[in-house]
Amino acid sequence: MPNPILQVENLVKTYGDVEAVRGVTFAVEEGEVFGLLGPNGAGKTTTVEILEGLRTLDGGRVSVCGFDPQRDAEALKHEIGAALQSTSLPDKLRVMEALRLFASFYKRRRDPEELLKRFGLEEKRNTFYNQLSGGQKQRLALAMALVNEPKVLFFDEPTAGLDPQVRREIYDIIEELRRDRKTIVMTTHYIEEAERLCDRVAIVDHGKVIALGTPRELKARSGGATRIEVRLSKPESNGALQKLEGVTDARELDGSYVMHSNRPPQTIVSLVKHLELQGNELVSLEIASPSLEDVFIELTGRRLRD
Amino acid sequence: MKNFAALTRMRVLLAFRNKMFFFFVIVMPFAFFFLYATVFAKSVPAIVGFYLGPVLALNVMGSFWGLSATLVMFREQGILRRFHVAPITSSDLLASSIVANYVLTLPTVFLELLLARIIFHVPSLGNPFSLFLLISVGIVSFGSLGLVVASVTNTMQETQVLNQLLWLPLIFLSGATFPLAYLPRPVQRFGLFLPATYLVNGLQQTIVNSATPWSRYAEILSLACWAGLTFFLSAQLFRWEPESRIPRRAKLLVAATAIPFLLLGVVENRSNRILLEAKSAFIALTSPMSAPRSDTVGAPGKPATDANPSDNEQK
Repeated sequence: MPNPILQVENLVKTYGDVEAVRGVTFAVEEGEVFGLLGPNGAGKTTTVEILEGLRTLDGGRVSVCGFDPQRDAEALKHEIGAALQSTSLPDKLRVMEALRLFASFYKRRRDPEELLKRFGLEEKRNTFYNQLSGGQKQRLALAMALVNEPKVLFFDEPTAGLDPQVRREIYDIIEELRRDRKTIVMTTHYIEEAERLCDRVAIVDHGKVIALGTPRELKARSGGATRIEVRLSKPESNGALQKLEGVTDARELDGSYVMHSNRPPQTIVSLVKHLELQGNELVSLEIASPSLEDVFIELTGRRLRD
Repeated sequence: MKNFAALTRMRVLLAFRNKMFFFFVIVMPFAFFFLYATVFAKSVPAIVGFYLGPVLALNVMGSFWGLSATLVMFREQGILRRFHVAPITSSDLLASSIVANYVLTLPTVFLELLLARIIFHVPSLGNPFSLFLLISVGIVSFGSLGLVVASVTNTMQETQVLNQLLWLPLIFLSGATFPLAYLPRPVQRFGLFLPATYLVNGLQQTIVNSATPWSRYAEILSLACWAGLTFFLSAQLFRWEPESRIPRRAKLLVAATAIPFLLLGVVENRSNRILLEAKSAFIALTSPMSAPRSDTVGAPGKPATDANPSDNEQK
């Protein structure tokens, strides 16, 4: 990689007996949107908070914009912007006051008026923080992350808990930042978010990076096979489904059967025939084009869910 | 410095928008003021003067409630985390709490003094320098105590319990509610280990006897040292994150805040200075000689002339 603006090498963090991060390594290039994708508790937030200088690390090395977040936290904070998870502002602080206040903390700053306009908060400029909707609060959080013209942005689960329409609004904002060639490190447990917004994705599980690459590269790893997921009226042995036409792998996951197939039409025909012979019945059938979910299932044998 | 100023401005602004603030910083102090002046002192100028010190002390000491509750709330709601990603230090944040509280408490104190003079015709407010110094170190030191409370408690409930545990002895055993001279001897002796006693006595002596700052150096210096110590400790124990718990060892450090008044308590228990001062102020008030309108005053001046258990040599 020619010019990494952020580097993480063998990062380790433990809380008592729990190893939250167990040797994470990755690097992010300038102008890239980098995603950490994984289930809750995978260690994504801990990793990001170490990079932001909010937590100490127990092993490994990290560097952000040339700074060591532990030693040069103060200097680093002028260079980064962050929208944290589970954070808030005082209830009776108005939108514009919040932007102005935070802008005043930095050496380099952007015009709060312009941010207000860009994030569609002009009408809310005098609204108290506790009177904003969830989506407006999140837009304000993103706007505040930009008050200092940061070199690297951290978005920790930027759309968690938001309804689908608001989530799309946030996607639009992040896509716009991506077009502006902002460097963004984001965490998410939504497949769609990682696929749509990120240039590269590190899939994280149990404190480790288990796969890393562009969404396309990662999906290619699972052979580009289509996922066929069925529920059956009677249990079926995996072995039989594995032998159906076109099936590359089959496994049982929480009561349903997940198969990957290179030739979905043929697989379905042979599945129906097989079930008829066994006196079994289809309860439901779902076909999905390959996604990062399949990569996760393949690597962990589990689903990536909320 | 710039960050500190911006944060202080924010805290003052937020206080004005907070109903609780109005209750605790404006309604309650004035309620106490009028209660003491009209019910306890029966609007008699000399007696209002006697109770003015305790009333001001109550107002000043109240600082630690507001500061501890706000800081814990900020931490619990994740507001401190948001500040933590910005280039702000814990000292910026803590110092702005102290200064904002100072700026917000001072006007109430000033108004109380004004009302005492205008409405209740208190003969003298005493030495203005001593008054200013004692009130200032009082607001800062009890404010810092609030920051320490916020640092050693993990949840709002814990904070409120600890505040109660501190508040009750501070107001009942220091002369802030019942005059020190009126309390049983062992309680008086215990009171000498409480910072509140020095604030109450210092203010009372200033107002009643126009004591100079030099003569109040023990009170002023002890409270100032205590302010420095508690503020330093609060900075050491400060936590940004709601989930970070305070280490046991740190709780021991908190015991250190008691040291200045443990030492002073021993000295003052030996010399009896404070107790004698408190007693003579009380006697002067209740003796018919000194009260110009003693016919109306004598008995009502609180639990004054008779039925007086402890150690008054009234007769």
